[in-house]
Amino acid sequence: MEMFDLSVIWAIIIGFGVIMYVLMDGFDLGLGILYPFAPDEESRDVMMNSVAPVWDGNETWLVLGGAGLLGAFPLVYSVFLPALYIGVFLMLAGLIFRGVAFEFRFKSRKNRRWWNRAFCWGSAVAAFAQGAVVGAYIQGFAVEDFAYVGGALDWLTPFTVMTGLGLMCGYALLGSTWLIMKSEGHVQEWAYRITPILLAAVLAVFMAVSLWTPFVNPDVWERWFSNIQLIWIFPALALAFAFLVYRSVQKRSEGLPFVATLGMFIFTYLGLIVSKWPVIVPPNYTIWDAASAPESQLFLLIGTLFVIPIVLTYTAWTYWVFRGKVKVGEGYH
Amino acid sequence: MELDPLLLSRLQFAFVVSFHAIFPVFTIGLASYIALLNGLFYKTENPAWDRLALFWTRVFAVVFGMGVVSGIVMSFQFGTNWSNFSQASANFLGPVLSYEVLTAFFLEAAFLGVLLFGRGKVPQGVHLFAAIMVATGTFISSFWILSANSWMQTPAGTELINGTFMITSWFEAIFNPSFWYRFTHMGMASFLTGGFVVAGVSAWFLLRGRDVEANRKALSMCLWLLLVLAPAQAVVGDFHGLNTLEHQPTKVAAMEGNWETRSHAPLLLFAITDQEAQTNRFEIGIPSLASIILKHSPSGVVPGISEVPRDEQPPVWIVFWAFRVMVALGFLMIGVAIAGAVLRKRGTLYSNPLFLKTLVGMIVTPFVAVLAGWIVTEVGRAPWLVYGMMNQAESVTPSLTGGMALFTLIGYVAVYAVVFWAGIYYLTKVVRNGMLPEGEQEEVTGETERPSRPLSAAHTPFDDADPARS
Repeated sequence: MEMFDLSVIWAIIIGFGVIMYVLMDGFDLGLGILYPFAPDEESRDVMMNSVAPVWDGNETWLVLGGAGLLGAFPLVYSVFLPALYIGVFLMLAGLIFRGVAFEFRFKSRKNRRWWNRAFCWGSAVAAFAQGAVVGAYIQGFAVEDFAYVGGALDWLTPFTVMTGLGLMCGYALLGSTWLIMKSEGHVQEWAYRITPILLAAVLAVFMAVSLWTPFVNPDVWERWFSNIQLIWIFPALALAFAFLVYRSVQKRSEGLPFVATLGMFIFTYLGLIVSKWPVIVPPNYTIWDAASAPESQLFLLIGTLFVIPIVLTYTAWTYWVFRGKVKVGEGYH
Repeated sequence: MELDPLLLSRLQFAFVVSFHAIFPVFTIGLASYIALLNGLFYKTENPAWDRLALFWTRVFAVVFGMGVVSGIVMSFQFGTNWSNFSQASANFLGPVLSYEVLTAFFLEAAFLGVLLFGRGKVPQGVHLFAAIMVATGTFISSFWILSANSWMQTPAGTELINGTFMITSWFEAIFNPSFWYRFTHMGMASFLTGGFVVAGVSAWFLLRGRDVEANRKALSMCLWLLLVLAPAQAVVGDFHGLNTLEHQPTKVAAMEGNWETRSHAPLLLFAITDQEAQTNRFEIGIPSLASIILKHSPSGVVPGISEVPRDEQPPVWIVFWAFRVMVALGFLMIGVAIAGAVLRKRGTLYSNPLFLKTLVGMIVTPFVAVLAGWIVTEVGRAPWLVYGMMNQAESVTPSLTGGMALFTLIGYVAVYAVVFWAGIYYLTKVVRNGMLPEGEQEEVTGETERPSRPLSAAHTPFDDADPARS
């Protein structure tokens, strides 16, 4: 295996899985967060119908990420999960509740109120927990001798609360721009109205994290400010896409706000990765320290390379079949 | 009182895995049954097979959905509560468990949608093919999971170097010594589960005179299946036990409640075990029978629990009683299957209310038997996680405190209580709703060519006050 560095290949696969998950589950979690603010029950139906066919496919990436980490980078798995113990529980509980709420809300009328609540709270808690995970990753973990040695709530700091709330805003923005694309009439009007507010909130957190991170983590400071490098292109592009979101909403474009929001997410994510690369368990362990044995990485790679294209094709097909607007009163169940 | 993170983690894992296991155990058997029904319809064109297939596919959809939801938690448990174990065994377990996830994804992406929603939209042969692939896929999934578990019971093909298991042979590790026994035993258990559920539900419908033709067919074929499988499972179980005797003698000793190594060991029917005193305070048994079963001779020497020091012994009473529950239910199943054959010969199979009611009651027995069986094999391995190589105390997450573990244990119990109450409640509604009237097609409301989620394949409303939607 001299020709390929399996750890790098796996880092790319896992990195791809994570961003796929964030983008795809992001907008449906975002709709859950926006749920209580929707103008009426009719718009809630539209919101739910717009993601109903795809949400569970979106979440499969999370399971694949978890299993893939155990196979390819067990150190990440065995440090992150203990360190984020409580957060992981909250995230899973949130995801389970909203998933079940999704299915039973459509089949229920008497108890619909309760399923609505479960959907909203589940989405909000899951999104917050994921944002806090990002913050905890930037902070780094107390690791000694390849095992986590910190406390139960080390991950919960003012910084991670901010990243948690920030990701909630980010997901809500993905949700509102998705809704612009998928709805019409007064629902779309509402989505147009809230998008700039959410964009402003996301940018505020973006700025705060960018200013705060170098203080939380000196290595990051070193990388970004020691000399001006090509990596500045990532935040620059993220900001450019943010501007594009704003402009396209003003111009009442329907698809562009969502696409531009995806661009914002992708370049922010790439910016985060270059801040840390090749460290995967901050502050000290690189992808090569965290890797499983090469034969294990190779063994798993074969099946993964076979299945991922099939899953991607199926995903693309699903989105294609469900393209177009969701109309008020149009039942999907 | 000091909260023990190890004990709480074990309780949590046992709880989560038991809840999860209920669903796949059922879907593995049911998937094959649905494929069979589709095959029969394809061959005979008899609409009764088609209606049965449609009905059970809906049930399958809900149970599959529940299995996926509860399975998500499983894939994180290893890391949150057993991080040392995850780190040590990742070279083997990581790829194997990932392959299970990949199998499930592949299945869902490629065939499940066609099975659930493709009826009438794709050629019948394609639909049948999808049904067969889903059934095959559920077996491949269980193949990986049982390989992982069997490796923990009878590790092979790996070498423990500096606290990490390194692969020396993938083949030996995957097809480790107890794998085929466990896989066969579990596969048959899934078929028995599917068989008893379908038989019980058909009996329930027959008692109410609903869809008599289709339900008679279903009941009849199930009882033929059970008549063969229930006794065969006892034979397979016996072989599995002999394999365990070879590799994990202490577990067998605990199952038998036998403390001292001896010949002419009795088969205990009842015993009050006393781990403190390393003996049974009271016992009723059949002389020499354990020796005969395990060593095929009354003078066969059967190992005792006290062969290993106390801190390497499993909690005997749990293993002992769980084993008896499993075996007793197994014999009950054989008895019911034989009773069915007798009634069939007399021609009163479909009209004997007592037998039909018994079948309804039997629905829960395979689930209880399967859980009891898993308790035997998992608790019987204690205190080892990887048998003879890594114990539970070494495996637990070092940073985990009792408070954290208690918090999530209560949390998971609460979450599952709500979610599974809703799921089981809904499932019973789907079943009670029964089959579509003959000749009537499932309504298709502008959903043509739409792929969808498993649970949405069932159109039954969740609560009653909803006549407009169905």
